[in-house]
Amino acid sequence: MIFTFTDEQTELAAILRRFLQDKSPPSEVRRLMATEQGYDPQTWAQLAGQLGLQGLVIPEKYGGSGAGPVEMAVACEEMGRALLCAPYFATAVLAVHALLASGDQAAAEDFLPGIADGTTIATLAVPEADGAWSTEGLQTRARRSGDGYRLDGRKSFVLDGHVAGLILVAAQADGGPSLFAVQGDADGLARRRLETLDMTRKQAVLDLDSAPGRLIGAEGGAADVVTRTLRQAVVALAAEQVGGAQRCLDMSVEYAKIRMQFGRPIGSFQAIKHMCADMLLEVESARSAAYYAAWAAQDGSDELPLVSSLAKAFCSETYFRAAADNIQIHGGIGFTWEHPAHLYFKRAKSAELMLGTPEEHREIAAGYLIDRSAGPA
Amino acid sequence: MEPTGSSVRQAARDWIEENFDPQLSLRAWLERLADSGWAQPAWPADWYGRGLPPDEAVAAYEEFNRVDAPGPPAGLGVMLAAPTIIANASDDLKRQFVRAVLVGDHLWCQLFSEPGAGSDLAGLQTRAQRDGDEFVVNGQKVWTSGGQIADYGMLLARTDPDVPKHRGITYFALPMNQPGVEVRPLIQMTGESGFSEVFFTDARVPASAIIGELNGGWGVALSTLGFERTSLGTATGLGFRLTSPGGSRFLAQQEVSVGEFIAASRANARSYGVGGTAMTAGGIVPLVTLAKGLGRDHDTEVRQQIVRLYTLASANTWNGLRAGARLRAGGRAGPEASLGKLMASRIGRQWRDTASLVAGPEGMLAGEDGPLGGRLAMQVLATPGPSIYGGSDQIQRNIISERVLGLPREADPSRTMPFRELKVGTQMAEAGTAGPGEAS
Repeated sequence: MIFTFTDEQTELAAILRRFLQDKSPPSEVRRLMATEQGYDPQTWAQLAGQLGLQGLVIPEKYGGSGAGPVEMAVACEEMGRALLCAPYFATAVLAVHALLASGDQAAAEDFLPGIADGTTIATLAVPEADGAWSTEGLQTRARRSGDGYRLDGRKSFVLDGHVAGLILVAAQADGGPSLFAVQGDADGLARRRLETLDMTRKQAVLDLDSAPGRLIGAEGGAADVVTRTLRQAVVALAAEQVGGAQRCLDMSVEYAKIRMQFGRPIGSFQAIKHMCADMLLEVESARSAAYYAAWAAQDGSDELPLVSSLAKAFCSETYFRAAADNIQIHGGIGFTWEHPAHLYFKRAKSAELMLGTPEEHREIAAGYLIDRSAGPA
Repeated sequence: MEPTGSSVRQAARDWIEENFDPQLSLRAWLERLADSGWAQPAWPADWYGRGLPPDEAVAAYEEFNRVDAPGPPAGLGVMLAAPTIIANASDDLKRQFVRAVLVGDHLWCQLFSEPGAGSDLAGLQTRAQRDGDEFVVNGQKVWTSGGQIADYGMLLARTDPDVPKHRGITYFALPMNQPGVEVRPLIQMTGESGFSEVFFTDARVPASAIIGELNGGWGVALSTLGFERTSLGTATGLGFRLTSPGGSRFLAQQEVSVGEFIAASRANARSYGVGGTAMTAGGIVPLVTLAKGLGRDHDTEVRQQIVRLYTLASANTWNGLRAGARLRAGGRAGPEASLGKLMASRIGRQWRDTASLVAGPEGMLAGEDGPLGGRLAMQVLATPGPSIYGGSDQIQRNIISERVLGLPREADPSRTMPFRELKVGTQMAEAGTAGPGEAS
């Protein structure tokens, strides 16, 4: 039933929140964001071993728990709230959905169990220099070579690409844009971590020089796989944005109650109260949008292409505004490196621009709402 | 899994099957509907309702709307007066007023705001002084929607000026059709007249018509304002799509048969998706049509703003669904339930700005010369209303920040002073301390 969480889903949120309070407190976020690999291998293993989260949407026959987009939204909301530093989104959302969407059973059998048990970090490499999540005009080429393929080109904006053991690369083959599995330690693959605005989520640039790749699905199948993967991914990202935005609201309200100026809490001034009220309106509305999109994904609704983009655009702008307003409410302390507010600001800005900007997603929605709508009634 | 309210739907369908008869007079139908509890399924079962949770009530309404069954007269009687009376008044008053609202004997207006008491409603000056079994009312109200046609008014009047402002107010059901009540229509900026000023000169109201306790009117007023906030913020029409005429001035209109009434209403139905429905997700339809007609549907900014409008309207609908789901699951209404009114005025502004963007220079034209046959101009001009009436956006933000987020109250030294010592409305002028341009 839409908007009604099951006991299991509610329990998942509660367990994960406790886990993250323990494993991903602000001090740990700061420690990990300053490391080269950007995550803690022990926490990553526990995330898989204790909570089974890497395999959340992996079918049971491949070692996962066979849950759906609603559970994934619940998990991502908590991770967004805690700013978890881990290659989770790249692995459990992007790579898993791409493998499932490819319909390649052999690849699913070969790769998904390793992802589910936490052994494999995986990612999806679609964008090139222009950052577009599109398979049109790919410069990266794949050519047949013996039993397999060899890839040449440069992939950029690859989430956790510097640590992934399995990289799903979109490349132009004879039969059209296609997806290939490239091992992280493959010959001919050079990778470099990029310096990112959001230090809590790493990105990399990959240079492929005749790197060996295994075709996933059929030649020419990548366009459909990427489109379907993106719809699932932006729903998960929208939920993650809601989690972060809620944390910003909570921080603002907590601080407004204790910060005294002119002999009273600043939260008693309407200038501050009204900012908080507007923030609540936007965060709650963003939450409704993200959940609605998650249920549309869960139900396989034909609304998903529209509402996933609506949710991504709205949650992106809501998160960034909440993160910016949170700094404003905190005043000078909110602008310091010491205070956590900037970590959310950076995550919010980066997530807003990731997987399509709000403008791009509204343009997708316009295609459904304007171009495909019936003419004058 | 069962669809929402499937058993309720079946019950409503069965009742309609047995009772809905286009041959009945509208009056007879309204009586049948009121006595069955289906006129207001969410009201308590003891008082002409069926005690259903909101989402099941919505499901029931959908069944009635399927056959275009006419509901009770729309307006403040059903929306505010009856719910307030059910929640606060004596059984005698409930018997006198609740059913009368549902069958259309009485139309109501709200006598709250005054020239000197808007957002600070508790500063109201209209006096009610005891005279035997009655109270004598003197003063002035303003922004009274439907004042010209109302049979009764929800009156807030000061009954004790010697205590702090919130503690000396009484809530009355005041008969409007009497010599001491004068209603003067006000013209709003759209050129229409939807509200009025109401002057009381020794108007009389029986002591038995007090809703709640003497001097206990503020708490009752808050319950009315709560009903107002919820209904103004509701994104989707919770109720009958077709409503009946009512009120003592229009009772003759209830003599037509239900069938004739439905046929006439369908004939009158204006093209869909403009005006009042601008605040629903359907609100983009006229703008898309207009954009296509003007060849602006490929303009990047137009497309972005139309989608923004659709997103806000959808989010408001989803907030409502989520609030309903929580109630249904036995939980308390979450914060999303109190946000609808603020969201509705934001949606209205987005509609206005998008409409102006789409219309371009045509947005300067109104009436027959204007876009959408003048309806665009009317809607653009109507936009300031929702962010003012029923508690302004600023007051809504105070309420949300204090009651939902738990932020401290704004300091208000006047809360604890006797009303008589406050500078409010004309009381300020009498004290000779009014500043220039203030109360006249």
